[in-house]
Amino acid sequence: MTTAKINFGRRSFIKSSALAGGGLMLGFNWFASLSAQGAEEADMPKEWFKINGYLKIGVNGEVTIMSPNPEIGQNVKTSMPMIVADELDVDWKDVLVEQAPLNTEIFKRQLAGGSDSIKQSWGGLRMAGASARKMLMEAAAKKWNVPVSEITTEQGILYHKKSGKKAGYGELASAAAQIPVPKEVELKELKDFKIIGTSQKNVDGHKIVTGQPLFGLDYKKEGMLIAMVVHPPAFGMKLKSFDATEAKAKPGIRDIFKIKTYNDDYKPQWCDTNSFTELVAVVGDSTWEVMNARNFLKVEWEPFADYKIAMAGWGGDQLVTVPAGLESTSDHSAKMVAAAANPGKIERKDGNPEEAFKNAAKIIERTYTAPFLAHTPMEPMNFFADVTADNAVLVGPIQSPEYMEKTLSARLGLPLEKIDIQMTRMGGGFGRRLYGHFMVEAALISQKMKAPVKLIYSREDEITFGIYRPAYHALYRAALDANNNLIGFHVKMGGVPENALHANRFPAGAIDNYMAESWEIESNISVGAMRAPGSNFNAVAEQSFLDEVAEAMGKDPIQFRLDLLKRAKENPVGEKNDYDAARYAGVLELVREKSGWDKNSSGKNRGVAAYFCHSSYVANVLDLTVENDTPIVQKVYAAIDCGIVVNPDAAINMTEGSIVDGIGQAMYGQLTFTKGKPDQDNFDSYRLIRHNEAPKEIEVHFVENEINPTGLGEPPYPPVMGALANALYKATGTRYYHQPFIKNRFE
Amino acid sequence: MAVFNLKINKKTYRVNVDPDTPMLWVLRDHLNLVGTKFGCGVAQCGACTIHLDGEAVRSCITFVSEVGDKEITTIEGLSENGDHPVQKAWLEVDVAQCGYCQTGQIMTAAALLKKNPHPTDQEIEEAMSGNLCRCGTYTRIKKAIKTAANS
Repeated sequence: MTTAKINFGRRSFIKSSALAGGGLMLGFNWFASLSAQGAEEADMPKEWFKINGYLKIGVNGEVTIMSPNPEIGQNVKTSMPMIVADELDVDWKDVLVEQAPLNTEIFKRQLAGGSDSIKQSWGGLRMAGASARKMLMEAAAKKWNVPVSEITTEQGILYHKKSGKKAGYGELASAAAQIPVPKEVELKELKDFKIIGTSQKNVDGHKIVTGQPLFGLDYKKEGMLIAMVVHPPAFGMKLKSFDATEAKAKPGIRDIFKIKTYNDDYKPQWCDTNSFTELVAVVGDSTWEVMNARNFLKVEWEPFADYKIAMAGWGGDQLVTVPAGLESTSDHSAKMVAAAANPGKIERKDGNPEEAFKNAAKIIERTYTAPFLAHTPMEPMNFFADVTADNAVLVGPIQSPEYMEKTLSARLGLPLEKIDIQMTRMGGGFGRRLYGHFMVEAALISQKMKAPVKLIYSREDEITFGIYRPAYHALYRAALDANNNLIGFHVKMGGVPENALHANRFPAGAIDNYMAESWEIESNISVGAMRAPGSNFNAVAEQSFLDEVAEAMGKDPIQFRLDLLKRAKENPVGEKNDYDAARYAGVLELVREKSGWDKNSSGKNRGVAAYFCHSSYVANVLDLTVENDTPIVQKVYAAIDCGIVVNPDAAINMTEGSIVDGIGQAMYGQLTFTKGKPDQDNFDSYRLIRHNEAPKEIEVHFVENEINPTGLGEPPYPPVMGALANALYKATGTRYYHQPFIKNRFE
Repeated sequence: MAVFNLKINKKTYRVNVDPDTPMLWVLRDHLNLVGTKFGCGVAQCGACTIHLDGEAVRSCITFVSEVGDKEITTIEGLSENGDHPVQKAWLEVDVAQCGYCQTGQIMTAAALLKKNPHPTDQEIEEAMSGNLCRCGTYTRIKKAIKTAANS
């Protein structure tokens, strides 16, 4: 065993006492009358003892483990408690899981973002389980009057082998709850894990397939009203006036009024990104009545002038300019072409790239673009709020509760401790629910109505009131000498209004003469993080470009990358390279082996790509055929290094989904604008990948190692797009530079 | 407003709503049957799929006034204890990621298998392509349908 110091103090553990923190605690049960009596409810213990903030043990030995982070489909509600349970040394079948509410006193980083949930909580979750186990052992030692070193545990039972005594965790839970939190705990050796590394099914699986209320949209409270908001039809517009006379007269309508999301002197945080801060709220008794009445609202909008916002940034306040204007995709394209022709901001320079390009026998230069994308999680934005003069209760889907609590506190004028945020299972998010303006909107409407309110966005609201993935543009250049050696590499990347450049990522570090530049074009279109931000464009552009360079050099595309990585490992250029070349090469070697790249590629339209982001490494080989002018992805191989895999089958599921998502976005995803107005507003015009367009087969392999786990929600998403582009080239003889690919040829 | 007597999951419910109210909102708002999900409102995503006399339909475009005597089945009534072969297969394959679209997927799959107990891959693709899954669980959905077909 390894010993780890408990170093997270009061934030991580509530000092336990037998009943103060214990007693029977019930989870969410919104529709007791509707929920089927599940097996888990039948065996509920009569009394629970809270051992620490993460877990409580029932008198019958049943264990409830709180899952601290928001569940967005990344399966942390299963995998995080698995880690606690393993160190606690209990049988997984004796574990119940509850979603923890936002509680910054107990939990650290309750955020769904950056693929960081498991990575950042790995140590904390293990210690939560291990320290509870230690407290149970000490309670047993005390009761049996033997040294704690002689106590062992196995699957929820404490043993003193010398005397033959044993007791279940439940029998000693009450005593353990009074043991002080140990200063040091012993963590298991990796080889002793019994739950981590085994495939465990989604803890909400039964509720999901039986349609039980799990999601924010399903949440209800007695007397709850339904609200919707009306936002400007175009970016660049703001509310001028409205006439609600006719809409207000519609059945079931309670009130219609203007809300202002932030106070004038408020400095928004990153999670407050929002273009439409003055809205008209329509409140009524039922969703359909509100949706219907909204059509009768007469609203006048007007263009706004340039304005500045002081954003509370990570490194201090930042003055952000929001330019006036009604922007169109055609203007963006022209501006991007012009910007790419000018020098950018140099973000990294190694050696003498100018000289290398001057001396080159051959220069390959290619431009790649990608459009704005909307997140379109299947559950539209929504939130429940019940705000009174004294406190605010908010229930719903949010990826960034800890940050939004601060926004709400400022806007409602309530201290943080008077704001209670409960997280529901999220019907997807992909980054959209990091930006929680809808929580503020719901809270303001509840405050005005003096009633509990659920705010609902329609799909059209969700797509046209987006915090989008920016539109990107990249110019890649490679210099080859007379012997076809790669002697210089140049990337110039830009976007509206943000660029996607990761200047210190591969192939930086592998090429002597390297330059990375960036540029950005101002826009009033709100953008934010979408699954693997930046990487979701980088990987496609860079991996397509490398494929083309390898071809020009007459090299196998996998061997070409491995050669570069060998250089980066043995004799890296520069110091800031943000990837581990050996692990990067590892996934390429694994995918080469598993796909039979060297012996099984002839006659196949195969593409390869590899990428590193969010601390994990993924390589793909993709095979496709073209039938009736339609590409059909036959098989995708994925090789992944994300360290220790906590829940293998769930990790495979996550990877399969990322691959489908990546193919869908690259092939079909596109949001365009005409005079500030999104041209797509629902799934009839905003195209998502469908069942018949998904790969026929996906095969996932993990590198086995003992490295602490890193993220998997994002890393398998970007590279498959590059593999797709490269396979499309093999199939059609045409390179795919511009997303969505379907626009290039297949339509 | 008008009164409708609806046969849902083998029970009769009485609601007093605007005749143009989609069944989706009758189920969710008035009857607390929230397993039927709102995804798009224009019959493009399938999250709201219910059975009308055994046929899979989109409840977001099915007005309450169109239903008449037809029997509605929602996910809550597909089986007593979540043990319909399709639900069991969904758990066995552990299909869900976020889970939001899955009740609609299950309702479409159950209607497919009732008509065609042993669908080919192509028949599965055709039947399921009206149901979006933003998490991309399509390969597992197909596997679960085949599992259910073989059970």
